[in-house]
Amino acid sequence: MKVNGVQHPAPVDPRRLLSDHLRHDLGLTGTHVGCEHGVCGCCTVLFDGAPIRSCLMLAMQAEGHEVTTIEGLAAPNAALHPVQQAFHECHGLQCGFCTPGFVLSVVGLLAEHPHPTALQIDEGISGNLCRCTGYASIRRAVVRAVELSKQ
Amino acid sequence: MPRGRDHRVKPPPFEYHAPASVDETYALLGSLEDAKVLAGGQSLVPLLNFRLARPAHIVDINRIPNLDRIYERDGGVAVQALVRHAGVEDSELVARVCPLLSAAVRLVAHRVIRNRGTLCGSLAHADPAAELPAVLLALGGQVVARSTRGERTIPAADLFTSVMQSALAPDELLVEAWFPASPKKSAIAEESRRHGDFALAGAVRAGDRLALFGVASTPVLADPKNPTQGLQPSGDLEATPEFRLHLVQVLTDRVFTS
Repeated sequence: MKVNGVQHPAPVDPRRLLSDHLRHDLGLTGTHVGCEHGVCGCCTVLFDGAPIRSCLMLAMQAEGHEVTTIEGLAAPNAALHPVQQAFHECHGLQCGFCTPGFVLSVVGLLAEHPHPTALQIDEGISGNLCRCTGYASIRRAVVRAVELSKQ
Repeated sequence: MPRGRDHRVKPPPFEYHAPASVDETYALLGSLEDAKVLAGGQSLVPLLNFRLARPAHIVDINRIPNLDRIYERDGGVAVQALVRHAGVEDSELVARVCPLLSAAVRLVAHRVIRNRGTLCGSLAHADPAAELPAVLLALGGQVVARSTRGERTIPAADLFTSVMQSALAPDELLVEAWFPASPKKSAIAEESRRHGDFALAGAVRAGDRLALFGVASTPVLADPKNPTQGLQPSGDLEATPEFRLHLVQVLTDRVFTS
């Protein structure tokens, strides 16, 4: 499987979840693990460009596919991805635990709806839980990300 | 870096199979004891992670080509086993022929889940609180099940037998679901604690027909004029039986006045 543009072998154990494989085998700990049954959204990654829950997929299933984690959005020391920049500017995070999942969900949302309505924004982030910010600043960050993506 | 040293896994032990064709799948399902089909995994993998499901074999059908088509047939739409919910949601054909299904699929969890979960998987999972089984029932749709023994069509009324139990035999693969065109007067309404949660109760109208979900061990057909008749919904932390009966009346009124 290709993770952030780099080819990796699939794990030997079919019971290994994609989330655990990314974190423990590939050292990509930016993918966070919260509930591990698909509710919290922390482990969201892009699978062939579309956001999915990495805790609800066996790593073996990613063989032959492309996975993008939060580490793959922007190179180290390079400019942040517009969605990351927007979360930074709008205080779209406090503790940061849910942030990688939110950012990748929003990247997926904007890929499908480059100019989302307020309702589409709410629906787009409804699958991710945040316990600090209260969502208002995250909504603002999505609006800001649309502006930044145009630049 | 902890490479190779951390072998923690969530799911219980199983043997993994990834057949490359439907024929290979039928052969596996026909010969293996205690096998479970893995399609989108949005219901099965949580059950594995909780170790509530402990199948001896997982048969992953995601490598099978040409099993992800939506097409028009017999005055309705057919949805093959590997069509994701998101594919149904975005389908112009579904929006044209069966707009009720387009509306219903948007109520299934969240887009990120719908990117992976499959419509046929949701039907085979037979969760009594799920939207799509009730839509299939309201419309009088059917599914096609195949095995090495042959093919059969199972009408929605016979498909859902109990809580998460279906009429599919252990060696059968649900290869396709068929939804008749939705009548002009069709609607779905549900009540849930949070957007994307399973419904406390829900109602689907297809013309004069009414199907309810979340209020019995399977989706059920009901009389639109007396929708709570004979219902004995269960109670839990989220809703009492009385509240569910109240919701049935409110939601039925809603779908029949919309």
